[in-house]
Amino acid sequence: MSVLDVAKAPAGRLSAWRSAARVPLVRRPGGRTLLGVIGSLGALALWELAVAVGVLPAQDVPPASEVLSELVRLLGESAFWNAVWRTLAGAAVGLGIAIAVGVPIGMLMGTSRLVHHALRPTVEFLRPVPGVALIPLAVLIWGQSVRAVWALVAFACVWPMLVQALYGAQGVDEVARDTARSFRLTRADRVRWLLIPSALPYIATGIRISASMALIVAVSVELLTGAPGLGSSIVRAQEATRFTEMYALIVASGILGIAINLAFGRAERYFLRWHQSQRPGEEA
Amino acid sequence: MSARAGRLGLEVGVTALIFAAIWLFTTSSDSYLVVALPDMLSRFREVWLFDRVGSDLVPSLVRMTYGYVTAVVVGVVVGVAIGLMPLLRALTHPLISFMRAVPPIALLPPAIIVLGLGNSMRVFIIAFVCVWPVLLNAADGTAELNKTLTDTARVYGLSIGQRLRFVILPAASPRIFAGMRTSLSFAVLLLVTSEWIASTNGVGSFLIQAQQTFRITDMWAAIILLGLLGYSLNQVFSLVERRVLRWHLRSTATSA
Repeated sequence: MSVLDVAKAPAGRLSAWRSAARVPLVRRPGGRTLLGVIGSLGALALWELAVAVGVLPAQDVPPASEVLSELVRLLGESAFWNAVWRTLAGAAVGLGIAIAVGVPIGMLMGTSRLVHHALRPTVEFLRPVPGVALIPLAVLIWGQSVRAVWALVAFACVWPMLVQALYGAQGVDEVARDTARSFRLTRADRVRWLLIPSALPYIATGIRISASMALIVAVSVELLTGAPGLGSSIVRAQEATRFTEMYALIVASGILGIAINLAFGRAERYFLRWHQSQRPGEEA
Repeated sequence: MSARAGRLGLEVGVTALIFAAIWLFTTSSDSYLVVALPDMLSRFREVWLFDRVGSDLVPSLVRMTYGYVTAVVVGVVVGVAIGLMPLLRALTHPLISFMRAVPPIALLPPAIIVLGLGNSMRVFIIAFVCVWPVLLNAADGTAELNKTLTDTARVYGLSIGQRLRFVILPAASPRIFAGMRTSLSFAVLLLVTSEWIASTNGVGSFLIQAQQTFRITDMWAAIILLGLLGYSLNQVFSLVERRVLRWHLRSTATSA
């Protein structure tokens, strides 16, 4: 990027090089990515070194190089992709249930004070209940089935969805609302043209927050109940003392988490590009 | 005044209705998993008021407190330091985001392999998992400080200690609290699950043993306890947050 800028610079290439060199790497476009790569490589080298020197016990923690080559090997295995697919599908279904349940209730609570007051204490009490307390119950009901994953992902994600939809419905601009009323828009039209558009950015944020949570919960439930997926693959590798594979799977789940964060962040910006909160230079 | 009474009546009334519906459901259900609500509650009273508080609840809470407090202290100190150094932040950012994205429970198997099944493993895993959200938010909050703010502090010749105390920490604290809230839910998660394997005491251990021996009423009593625990931790956290961030809430309320 900086090389391109230099090439485009109309006057004196040399002075352009000089001024580019004076800008610290952190501020240069692409410089942060480069530094991030350097830092990650440095961390891997530290890991490698710590195992080689004996700071980390070699029989418990394999060196970074072995874990990475194991990860590369896994990428060629259909069993690995099968586990990834099952985890993603379980998380997606749970998230879908959470959206289907949380958004309508949240919007109702956001538009009607009656519903808001009627449901508020129940929601306030259930929201902080740790979903993990329900895992033993889910195991008794569904065993090692993916239904346990669906149920617990849905329980974890329904609260952010509900709360975001509530804020979104409350956030309808008052002038817009009065305008719609004076133009005598029907109730259905008000929902379609007023309520949903102004609540969408909030709901999108809720989906982004919930998506990374859905993955975390899905992997956790698989790991604790044995439902098929990345989580149970980690446990199986541990029980078979294939520690290198176990670490490679953990690294894979972290990378998957980052990928989901990035993908949903991008998707949020793309789908809501019409909304002012997503335009550059304007405060949300 | 009457409107307020109406709202209160609605809140209490509908909640009571929901409670009654659950009561009715639990007493009429045939499933062995469903225990009548009165039995659940009386078992809860027998077990947790206050028979097993000293033997199970206190050890769990002590572990969680050690792990969580360590994570918050380390996360804030390291996070603010990283946030103050743009170069260090750029170097470590992918690593920290990665550690934040790893599902917390996935780190339980390696923790058991490396540290064994003792109490220190349980404290360590809580601290290790809880440190990343705090660290990430402290670093971002510090790095994204208002430029005018930091420049003003510099022009007035504030020492680094004064800048930390009066400028950086207050300005980054809303972000830090957001990270601490995520970490608190991770702490409860690991508090329960780290006790599921080879633990002799603790709320999580009680819960899993009840489930494995099909003492369904005991299991429900533990679920109720964990629900109440989550609720009270959340209330205490919100109280502390409101206290500490009172100035922030007030300023956003007037500007909005």
